[in-house]
Amino acid sequence: MFEIITNTLVGWGIWPWLAAAVNYAIIIIPLLVAVAYFTYAERKVIGFMQIRIGPNRVGFFGKQLWGLGQPIADAVKLMFKEIIIPGGADKFLFLFAPILSMAPALAAWAVIPFGSETVLADIDASLLYVLAITSIGVYGVIIAGWASNSKYALLGAMRSAAQIVSYEIAMGFALVGVLMAAGSINLGDIVSGQQGEYGLFSWYWLPLFPLFIVYFISGVAETNRAPFDVSEGESEIVAGFHVEYSGMTFAVFFLAEYANMILISMLAALMFLGGWLSPIPAGWIPDMALANLALGDGIHWLLMKTAIFMFFYLWFRATFPRYRYDQIMRLGWKVFIPITIVWLLVVGVMIMAGWL
Amino acid sequence: MNLFRILKSLTLKELCGGLGVTGRYLFRKKFTVQYPEERAPMSPRFRGLHAQRRYPSGEERCIACKLCEVVCPAMAITIESAQRDDGTRRTTRYDIDLTKCIFCGFCEEACPVDAIVETRIYEYHGECRDDLLMTKEKLLAVGDKYEAQIAADRAEDAPYR
Repeated sequence: MFEIITNTLVGWGIWPWLAAAVNYAIIIIPLLVAVAYFTYAERKVIGFMQIRIGPNRVGFFGKQLWGLGQPIADAVKLMFKEIIIPGGADKFLFLFAPILSMAPALAAWAVIPFGSETVLADIDASLLYVLAITSIGVYGVIIAGWASNSKYALLGAMRSAAQIVSYEIAMGFALVGVLMAAGSINLGDIVSGQQGEYGLFSWYWLPLFPLFIVYFISGVAETNRAPFDVSEGESEIVAGFHVEYSGMTFAVFFLAEYANMILISMLAALMFLGGWLSPIPAGWIPDMALANLALGDGIHWLLMKTAIFMFFYLWFRATFPRYRYDQIMRLGWKVFIPITIVWLLVVGVMIMAGWL
Repeated sequence: MNLFRILKSLTLKELCGGLGVTGRYLFRKKFTVQYPEERAPMSPRFRGLHAQRRYPSGEERCIACKLCEVVCPAMAITIESAQRDDGTRRTTRYDIDLTKCIFCGFCEEACPVDAIVETRIYEYHGECRDDLLMTKEKLLAVGDKYEAQIAADRAEDAPYR
């Protein structure tokens, strides 16, 4: 799909780089809208779980519309707020940190396949690319904590750096299982590898179940979300690494966090829940055009699966109290890494036995 | 930590139980009262803005006994009294400083003639400190305005006193 758009635009005499930018905008603009409404969904879902109703006042055209205008009002507010640069802060790094945090969160989307043909950059090592690019995000947090010239920010940045680095290992090992099973580190190939005659039971979540759980929990830790949000732990260190940020600089950190959450959710859907594949075995779908469109493989399945994981993020936040810092380290190093290594052996045996 | 506990924690049983609780609450009926449009029910004993009452004849009830001034734990009440031309004892000054008042209702309880009362009014504000200093005139004005409601609330509560 993206190639067709590029070719058409270039055919009209538009510069190739602009055509590429248009393609990227097709991914990024819906992503940013999704991020905005993800914050709304978060407030709504957590509110509902606490028997409240969440934001319901800001609407459009004088109607309340369940508060659907809330994220837009929030965005406008943040845009007009003053960016305060604390005294003694490193001004360049202070302003560079949010960019360094946001850029990888968006750049990783370049290789995400939305369908068997719909991928912006179909590179062979796309899983490796995603892992590498999301790891850069931690520098945004560290630099933000350092440049703020504040002890809370520095403590938050240190906590978050240690946590992200630790969980990256468990996450990487969990993904090793996936690439062993798929025999490829191209995300598109990983999804195609899950195609099978049993519908949702031929996806990787079943043979790789422990890795699936470890991956998602590490993903929650990786994005510094509850219950692993010690990097901003408001009861101890106020807001952690972004304590000195205000206005748009804060909003960019916020956007990056939510874009990362959506990215982790989508990766989980791609690697363990069969991406755009339909959960209904192909043989069961009646041979009609409409049924094929609705129940057959398609991007709607990918979005639905992603939404499930995104909901889990909110559900976790509404349910679990924050981990103590040493417990986080214990869980990452002493529980997740051994589990993944053991399961890698099991995956190896399964491959040797021909079950995968 | 024995083996059984390790295996149990690996099944994430407790965590799933916790998720189940919040999952159930997601579908519970919500308690939220949409404030300006909806109001929570209010007791006749509600302790809101103060008022001074009058007798049906129009005579003010307060006899300047100063019991309320004595009982006030926040020392928010200031009273000065003098003899009026008809020989009765009346207040020349009766101030309640709402910035000090803690709305305990002791003044209301202490009053032998039901002169100082607390009403149901709770939506008021002051833009400066003077606005929150209730003088005798202001208190009597509140009492005159809401006398019907105040009398009804007293009557409803009377059987329990």
